[in-house]
Amino acid sequence: MSQRLKDTFARGKAEDRTLFMPYITGGYPESFETVPLLLALEAGGADIIELGVPFTDPVADGATIQHANEVAVANGTTFQDCLEFVREARSRGLAAPVLLMGYYNPVLSYGVERAVADAATAGADGFIMVDMPPEEAGDFVALCGRHDLSFVPLIAPTTGDSRMPLATSTADAFLYCVSVTGTTGQRDSLPPELGAFIERVRASSPLPIAIGFGISRREHVEAVGKLADAAIVGSAIIAAIDAAEPERRAERVREYVEGVTGHN
Amino acid sequence: MTQATTRLSSRFGDFGGMFIPEVLVAAHNELEEAYHAALADPEFGEELATLQRHYVGRPTPLYFAERLTAEAGGARIWLKREDLAHTGAHKINNALGQALLARRLGKPRIIAETGAGQHGVATATVCAMLGLECVVYMGTEDMRRQSLNVFRMKMLGATVAPVDSGSKTLKDAINEAMRDWVTNVSTTHYLIGSVIGGHPFPTIVRDLQSVIGKEARAQMLEQAGKLPDLAVACVGGGSNAIGLFHPFIEDASVSLLGVEAGGHGLGSGAHSATLVAGRPGVLHGAHTYLLQDDAGQILETHSISAGLDYPGVGPEHSWLKASERARYTAVDDRQALDGFKALSRTEGIIPALEPSHAIYQALEEARRMRPDEDVLIGLSGRGDKDMHTVADALGVTL
Repeated sequence: MSQRLKDTFARGKAEDRTLFMPYITGGYPESFETVPLLLALEAGGADIIELGVPFTDPVADGATIQHANEVAVANGTTFQDCLEFVREARSRGLAAPVLLMGYYNPVLSYGVERAVADAATAGADGFIMVDMPPEEAGDFVALCGRHDLSFVPLIAPTTGDSRMPLATSTADAFLYCVSVTGTTGQRDSLPPELGAFIERVRASSPLPIAIGFGISRREHVEAVGKLADAAIVGSAIIAAIDAAEPERRAERVREYVEGVTGHN
Repeated sequence: MTQATTRLSSRFGDFGGMFIPEVLVAAHNELEEAYHAALADPEFGEELATLQRHYVGRPTPLYFAERLTAEAGGARIWLKREDLAHTGAHKINNALGQALLARRLGKPRIIAETGAGQHGVATATVCAMLGLECVVYMGTEDMRRQSLNVFRMKMLGATVAPVDSGSKTLKDAINEAMRDWVTNVSTTHYLIGSVIGGHPFPTIVRDLQSVIGKEARAQMLEQAGKLPDLAVACVGGGSNAIGLFHPFIEDASVSLLGVEAGGHGLGSGAHSATLVAGRPGVLHGAHTYLLQDDAGQILETHSISAGLDYPGVGPEHSWLKASERARYTAVDDRQALDGFKALSRTEGIIPALEPSHAIYQALEEARRMRPDEDVLIGLSGRGDKDMHTVADALGVTL
């Protein structure tokens, strides 16, 4: 398990605070922007960062993150580049845990053992693999464990009670609960069934819970805080990047994170 | 119904598996359960058999192509006439079976992806017959190439949802269909059109398409008095090929040959020859051969036939290749047109561009074989849909 992740959740609990976990796509909109954006996320109040490894076919993502993936792939951004972003951000003082998020094929193509070992060396803290349910994750989870990295599984509202023990079994640091049955992207409000869903997850696992998909505003983050330990925001961060003047992207992203976390 | 039991093997050797987002796992498991229940239910088998006979027109004929045989001047050539199935291609075999499963699952809404439009038409057709809502995702490039099929689907009451992302072809249509399914999984069945996707799809679709090979095997024994020495089929996702091949896998005397789309040529990079030129990876739920770059990004593909224009392939084909039970080769756009013309002129059968690839290669193989040997071609569909494409390729303005 990643010690950094464990400490981060412990700190959140001690401070009675909802952790904030933003997502950006590596190499979007340009390769040279990723490290400044990672640092800006932390400066704005991010506790954990998800760094998306771009892929040509992000089937679980909505239009905003699809577009970010397309652009990053067109820029030639690879899994190796994403490791470089982490390494450089660490050398420039990034302290927050970083999770590599994406689809399996770029990792598989890089070489699974090498990918996990190099991720650890670069200073990453674990993996979120969208298309790797527990049925397929055994070897990969064991590999993460050997390198003191965390594998963070996605849990969905469609994950039934009988499946919940299996679905949560690959986690060691926390669970990523998908708020809606759907793709990533901003929505006006959180679904009313979210509370019952999180209760079902809690009944199966004592681990901390982060909630993602459809979260973009301060009020969403506050609502998530009543149910879970961390709030995840992805598409809204990409949208903030898109809305910014090109030379002020990092600054605007920091301001967005400050606003949504109430961290001023 | 939500048990995470895996009763069928989810793997073909190292290939296959269920590499899908967690949100879809329950639906895959539920489908597998429903499929098992259906297999155990004589009523399901009877209903499927009745509709295959009276609605689809099965069994489709096995036809001895005498003049094509003479043209090749070698082995006898036989055609398994899936072009004569209702809607003009083998796709209806799978669409019908899965739509009946969807009805058992109580899902009133069907989504599908389509490349050439044949699977979309087949799905729209069975949805009309069973009274199910139908949405078909189709790349805008394919909609342009296959405008006739787009119109057919609309006439059948389906909604055709244009997909403008990526290469605007089959792969992107699958991505969009998966996004729809992720969102609407409780009411919707994704009627996937080939032997691709996460477990149990490759197995279910193969079983439903195996009717091709089962019939052909019995028909060969009856009409030729022996099994074929070689069975040839085109491979995009690979459903007609696996349907033809699977009942022959245990027959060691029958060679199996899959023909992929060589596009502008393997050296050009513009092709869809996944098994011939790709390497294993994970896409659309399965570990299988893919056309991908060094970083694991999926490459854009090309073929004159929209139905073969896909950078992945069914995982069972990957296994047949790895185990050397089948071999795979590629035929380029120009050669496919030669196959198209040869069958049209010698037999009065206009094939689709997809099986035209198999016809070309079968002629090459038959030429090198003895006259007492037999080649069986899976003629997966008819060519009406391709007349504009062929005219374009031949420089003719219609």
